[in-house]
Parts: sequence; structure tokens; C-alpha cells
Amino acid sequence: MSTLTTTVTYAARDSATMLGRNVKHMLRYPSLTLMLIGQPVLLLLLFVYVFGGTMGAGLPGGDGRADYLAYISPAILIMTVASVALSTAIYIAKDATEGIIDRFKTMPIARSSVLTGHVLAALLQTAAALAAVLAVTLLLGYRPDAGPAGWMGAIGLLLLLGLALTWLCLALGLAAGNVETASNTPMFLMILPFISSGFVPTDSMPSGLAWIAENQPFTPIIDTLRACLAGTSPGSAGWWAIGWCLLITGASYLWARRLFSQVRAG
Amino acid sequence: MSNHTTAIEVAGMTKSYGDNAVLRGIDLTVPTGTVYALLGPNGAGKTTMVRILSTLAAADAGDARVAGFDVRRESDGVRRSIGVTGQFSAIDELLTGRENLRLMTDLAHLNRAEATGRIDGLLTRFELTDAADRRAATYSGGMKRRLDLAMTLVSRPRLIFLDEPTTGLDPRSRRSVWEIVRELLADGVTIFLTTQYLEEADQLADTVGLLDEGRLVAEGTPAELKAQAGGETLDDVFLALTGHAATPKNDDDEELEEIR
Repeated sequence: MSTLTTTVTYAARDSATMLGRNVKHMLRYPSLTLMLIGQPVLLLLLFVYVFGGTMGAGLPGGDGRADYLAYISPAILIMTVASVALSTAIYIAKDATEGIIDRFKTMPIARSSVLTGHVLAALLQTAAALAAVLAVTLLLGYRPDAGPAGWMGAIGLLLLLGLALTWLCLALGLAAGNVETASNTPMFLMILPFISSGFVPTDSMPSGLAWIAENQPFTPIIDTLRACLAGTSPGSAGWWAIGWCLLITGASYLWARRLFSQVRAG
Repeated sequence: MSNHTTAIEVAGMTKSYGDNAVLRGIDLTVPTGTVYALLGPNGAGKTTMVRILSTLAAADAGDARVAGFDVRRESDGVRRSIGVTGQFSAIDELLTGRENLRLMTDLAHLNRAEATGRIDGLLTRFELTDAADRRAATYSGGMKRRLDLAMTLVSRPRLIFLDEPTTGLDPRSRRSVWEIVRELLADGVTIFLTTQYLEEADQLADTVGLLDEGRLVAEGTPAELKAQAGGETLDDVFLALTGHAATPKNDDDEELEEIR
């Protein structure tokens, strides 16, 4: 094998080892995993059954609870992705405050594997959580009209968002310095979807808030997902959604990598 | 490797964190197959020294070669040659003892059969066989330290850094760590350890370096140092050479605070 092939093979192997470690953590800490899925499901039930009747009637052309379920399901899926990403901040902060990170850094392993292991584990968990939450929405009566292309677009977008938010949360978790801070700083990711087109149309908001809602990343992402699931074309929102995800991924990746090289245990 | 008989070579090493000079020009040499003990109170710069030599931190000035590799330019070579057990337990508490060791054999790219043999051997040697399938979180302090050491030994390093390996351990666990150090030495492994315990340096070291406020104030065999200062114990030596006792200062982890 050439040196490059060896390097790539070892990097992949080390990442797989780290993935295995992180998956074990998730399985041994099931309360966190359940909370990640429970949180969006609880919001879904609250919004559909408590507010849903009134909210649905207020939608343009809307008729009640069923219409509101269809309206917010994409936002709930997006919040599921954010919810899993949040846990990554906690996991990496825990790693970074323990001596094991120093051990990894003094070993002749691919350094990137520590972070990629976390990302891969988070994406697996995202996929599992999304399947669970989607199942609940279907159970409640949500019927997406998406064809194969729509489903592929929706899944692709959700995973791309998962990648972006996981890298962002890795950076936030490393920047936090301790587990408590790491569980708080990324909370804005759970707030932002409320100030978007996720739960009500932005034009129903006061003008200042509407401006924020229309220009923040979650709005084009939710609009795109909604269009994909409804089997319609997302139009320019699709490009904005992909652009935002790539931008967040790239910037967060560089930030996380920098923080990782500085991190020290204790 | 430029010199097979020298495991560690340090010349003119300095390191500051902000205005605080932690290391103020260190020179030392550790021959292969010996134990070097860096002795000093908290805040003397011991941990900083280990962090630089194990590629976790960069010195401001000076040269350091570890196992023949330059710590700055050939850090991968250094990492392939060393094992490090730090002051903080570097184990994964959510995994079992066996899984922790498996993590190390996987990262060392050992094949399954070789890995299993090595893991079982280490579990036996460190008296962890009965607890092997329990989560490390349930281990006592002494067991955690033994697992930590076992993880360091998975890759069979020829040079091992032990940063305060017995701090916080009860006397029995302390003696069992000393026993392990002696066994490693018998196998020809070089050991660089830091300690605040004079007895530990006296018991284990071929050479003791007294580190005080970032300077190496004395160096020699325990016997030489005692003779030099005219004292019975290394405690006397420390007092004679530094003008203060080696008792750990109250402001624990002062050095670590400064590093942050």
C-alpha cells in the first residue's frame, strides 16, 4: 500500500473504532436518546392537540387540526435533527473534560477520527430519531404527498442539516469547556425554528419579527422540506437551504477542528 | 535514531503561559532503560514538561528529542514510541474494562487474535480479570489507575510517561503501581515520571531531577542528592536546595489554572 492509501485506510478504521465507542455510549445512556426523541414528539402532540384546531383554521386555506399537523410536521422533523445535534455537544464536552482526549492525542492515530466518530454516530442517531418521529406523525394522520424524488430530497436535506448542526454542536461543545455549558449554549437551535415559517406563516408575525423569520436559515430549510414532502418544487428556497447547510458545515468544521487541537483535559 | 542509548534529550526548554514562566530553561538527559523522576511541588512545571515531551503542548524555545524524534517536527514518530498515563484518569467510564482495552487494541490496529491475547494478558497482570466486564465507572480509584496503565501498555511502548501516577491512591495501590514500574524497567522500558512524593522518587528512580519554579535545581541519583545536601532523606535535600519544603502548596492545580 502507498503511504496515502495507508493513511486513508487507518483514518477510516480509526473513525469506525470511534463510531463504535460513541454508539456504545448512546446505547448505555438510553435516557438521553429517549429524551431526544421525546422532546419533538411532545411538541408535536402539544401543538396538534392543544393549539392545532385553532391554528389550523388560521392557516391560509386551512381547515383545522389535520391541516395544522401537515403544516408543522416538517418543522417537527427539523427540530428532531436539532435535538440530536444538541446531544453531540454534551458528548464531546464530556470527552473533552476527561483525560481520555489527551490519551487519544498522544496516540499515533488519525486525529480527525475523534470528531468524525462523533459525527457518524450523531447521523446514525438522527436517522433513527427521524424514523421514530416520522412514524408518530403518520400515526396521527399525516400523509405526505411526496413521490420518490420528494422523499429523496427530504431525506437528503435532513441528513445534510444533521451534518451541519452536528459540526456546529461539536464546536459549541468544545468551546463550552464543561458539560453544563455545553448543554445550554446550543439551545438556540431549539428556539430558532419557532421564529421561522415552521409553526405559523411568517406574514402573520409583526414586521420586525417577520423579517428575522424570513431571513434566518431554518425558514428556507423548513420550506424546502415542506415542499419535498408535499411533492411540490421548493423553488429558490431549495438553493438557500442547501447553501445554508453547506455554509454552517464548512464554518463549523473549521471551528471545531481548531478548538479540538487546543482542547486539554482537566 | 541518532543515539540508541538516549531516550529523552532536552536542551534549553522554556515555556510561558502569558506572563507566567512555567519552565525557565530545562536541560536533561534520560538514558534508555532507566527511570527518571521529576520531583517538585504543585506548580513547579512537571505537568507542562510531560505535556511538551508527549506532544500535547509546544515549548516556546529549546530542543527536545524523544525516542530519537524531534517533538515538534516528528510528533508522529514520538507518538508511535511512547505511552502516557496522565494525572487524570484517561479511561472511558461508560465502557467496561475489557472494552477500554479493546478500544486501545483497535486503535493500535492489532488483529483480533493478537488483541484478545494481549487484553487477557493485561487483565490478568493488573488483577482486573474479575472486573473485566463491569463498567469502569464502578471501579475503585486503584482499579481505575491500573486500567489506565494497562491501556497505556497495550501498544507495548518502549518509553512511558507517568504524570503523578500515584497521586490520590491509597498506600496499597501505590505499592502496586511501584511494582508495575519495576517490572517495566526489568523489561528494558524507559520511564519518565513526575511526583510530589519524595519517597516515590527515592524508591523508583535511577535519576532524580528537582524541579522548582520552572528550574532544575539539582539532579543526581537519590544517594548523590542526599550526600550533596547532607541530609538523611530527600525531604532534607529539597529543603536544603530550594530553601522551602517540598510539601505540596495549598493552591492545588495552580499550574493547571495557569495553563488555561
